[in-house]
Amino acid sequence: MLGWELPPHNSGGLGVACYQLCRALSKKGADIEFVVPYTAEHPDVDFMSVNAAHPQDVQRVLKAGIAYDSFKYVKSSGEIEWVDLFGQSAIYEEAVGRIVGETSFDVIHAHDWLTCRAAIRAKMSTGKPLIVHFHSIEADRAGKPMGGNPLVREIESLALTLADKIVAVSQYTKDAIVREYDIPADKIEVVHNHSDPASLIPEEGENVYRYLTAMRELGYKVIVNVGRLTVQKGLPNLLRAFQLVVQRSPKTFLLIVGSGEQRNELIQQAADLGIAQNVLFTGFQRGKNWRDSYGVADLFVMPSVSEPFGLTALEAIGYGTPVLISKQSGVSEMILNALKVDFWDIHEMANKMIAVVQNDVLRDELYRNAYHEYRSHSWDESADKLLSIYEDHLSKSPSNADKAGAAA
Amino acid sequence: MSKAISLYLHVHQPFRVRHYTIFDVGADHGYFESTYEDRTNNERIIHKVAEKSYLPTNRHLLKLLQDHPEFCLSLSITGTVIEQLERWAPHVLDSFKDLVNTGRVEIVGETYHHSLAFFYSRAEFERQVKMHEEKVMQVFGQKPKVFRNTELAYNNDLAYWADKAGYKAILAEGWDKVLGWRSPNFVYRPAYSENIKLLMKNYRLSDDIAFRFGDRNWSGWPLTADKFSNWLNSTHEAQIFNLFMDYETFGEHQWHESGIFDFLEHLPSEWLREHGNKFMTVSQAADSFEPADAVDIPETLTWADTERDLSAWLGNSMQTSSILSLYALEEKILGTHDLSLIEDWRKLQTSDHFYYMCTKWWGDGDIHAYFSPYENPYDAFIAFTNAYHDLRYRLNEKGVEL
Repeated sequence: MLGWELPPHNSGGLGVACYQLCRALSKKGADIEFVVPYTAEHPDVDFMSVNAAHPQDVQRVLKAGIAYDSFKYVKSSGEIEWVDLFGQSAIYEEAVGRIVGETSFDVIHAHDWLTCRAAIRAKMSTGKPLIVHFHSIEADRAGKPMGGNPLVREIESLALTLADKIVAVSQYTKDAIVREYDIPADKIEVVHNHSDPASLIPEEGENVYRYLTAMRELGYKVIVNVGRLTVQKGLPNLLRAFQLVVQRSPKTFLLIVGSGEQRNELIQQAADLGIAQNVLFTGFQRGKNWRDSYGVADLFVMPSVSEPFGLTALEAIGYGTPVLISKQSGVSEMILNALKVDFWDIHEMANKMIAVVQNDVLRDELYRNAYHEYRSHSWDESADKLLSIYEDHLSKSPSNADKAGAAA
Repeated sequence: MSKAISLYLHVHQPFRVRHYTIFDVGADHGYFESTYEDRTNNERIIHKVAEKSYLPTNRHLLKLLQDHPEFCLSLSITGTVIEQLERWAPHVLDSFKDLVNTGRVEIVGETYHHSLAFFYSRAEFERQVKMHEEKVMQVFGQKPKVFRNTELAYNNDLAYWADKAGYKAILAEGWDKVLGWRSPNFVYRPAYSENIKLLMKNYRLSDDIAFRFGDRNWSGWPLTADKFSNWLNSTHEAQIFNLFMDYETFGEHQWHESGIFDFLEHLPSEWLREHGNKFMTVSQAADSFEPADAVDIPETLTWADTERDLSAWLGNSMQTSSILSLYALEEKILGTHDLSLIEDWRKLQTSDHFYYMCTKWWGDGDIHAYFSPYENPYDAFIAFTNAYHDLRYRLNEKGVEL
């Protein structure tokens, strides 16, 4: 399996989804060799082997920054070199090309565009069936149809065309692939992500957001957003909607957890809107700081312009918070007990936030039913679906006709 | 032994609250007015239901009344649907008047606003019953003699009230748990009452028509008037078959294509083929039979769901807090003597608003049981709550202390 990241070295939902998906697959007997483009320990992974793919003359590849930024190469000579995403994707391709010659496997399963070049090379050199799994496409990240970097679009288009099967994390993403790349719909299977209830860590000790906890005692309400501060996530609309909330319910805070290229402009925008005192930016958080942000909130809002899935919404529900999510998201296909809004409809977004901060019964009823629904789903369903896709392709592939079990 | 069918049909449409946001509160009091294309548009819905159900059903019923002097039926029609017909489809209201003018259609009394007021404010309940009585007199020239409460929500207290108010009969669900070994096919007396009689819906036979008629997987399919009459004729221990259902059964719940109108058209002739078989209105049934027994129903019984209770309307905290806060405004709203404010408050009491907030099927995948113009129960709650806040805004504007 070709991936870009795994926890704790992840920058977002991709790593979490790969981790939980592989765990569910391996429980069902899949033998997985997971290849990442950096060198690091993965202490929580004991159900598959994780290998770093990098050039032979390189000792270590370190991820720098928290987003998909750049990679630091420590060469055997001790020399240090910085590589950007495109360079990294090309180096990963070379290294994977070498690894596949040394390993045996039945299926190539690749996640997102960054691994696509490597995946195509692996298919070309081994003839094994290729399944490309899209957690997002370039148009999502650009926040507009037909948008984004043309080089990335070219790689996505090529991989989608050459793949034997495409997996999309939602119907929303499947539709986008068909729309953006003219791929026949029957080549694409939808396999939803989940947030594994077993991976939730129970609330322990005092909530780290002491100020917000104290303010809640005084009748304040807290709305939280967790995610990268990037155009795809639609945060400027959330701030404009939140201004309307504050006008009617001044005792409301908006907690923004995450970092990204929009950080400074969002801080500026909050000040321009006159709500700087009500908006709190925490920066990127992990662990308890991250978990407690859900716990301190009355409502989680995901206003994404385009969200192929939206794992954070499930995590929010898992950690006790009802959700308001944009209709332009995959997770809205899955959770009925959520408030939903078009990402551009600022008045409706405000209307729904106000309704929740002014009505505890709405908040509680919404949460109770959403949690019940959340618990009714599991990664097992998704793993079963993937295993049957593997088996379909194993039986179709002449060189594998006699093999039943799947290893990817 | 001669037997009778008592066919009773219920006509109702609520004034649905449009997508009404917090930004409309204080700015626009038109909660019940949406654009024509909107799912909550009352005018569009009344036109659609009239086309599919009211007009064709009334055409068939009028023909039956003309062709069979022995045929008669009862119907209830809420104030809110009469108002909508007056405003948007007067010719449809005329077609109901044509039925009543045959002299063989009895109108059953209820609350004007199809509300659950009985359980929250007795005084308001009585006012709405009186309003309905006056409206029925004005439109149809009849004074109701038999009573049914919203959703057939019934208990001993309601029967006691109806008895004191002078009704000769009251309608309830013929639910096994209250009937025990007794059959719904007899007339009963409510416990603790003196004169009033209790007519109980035969839900199996009623649901054969109202719910199962078009179901090809049902062993009784296809149901013909001939087959149905045979079932009734072969039921020996019976005086009266109380077939109670929504009017929209004909043409809306069961589509024209299911053959429901053919069934209706042939039911009287098939039933009357057997010597001694009759049709009776609910008053005639009450007048014709002595009570077989007294039925004690302390807990509220309705004709809804498998629970036969009010949980579809008052089962979650969004529903109960909405209805309680609405009735808490009663004194202040009435105190303004502002007729339009009072009327908007009453239109918000219609039980449908609370039904739209029901979450008990939501998320279980069984959304077929869910008829609502909203995307989900939470959107229904938000629209309703904003309308409630606007009532408060208007009270505040009038200087009423909140």
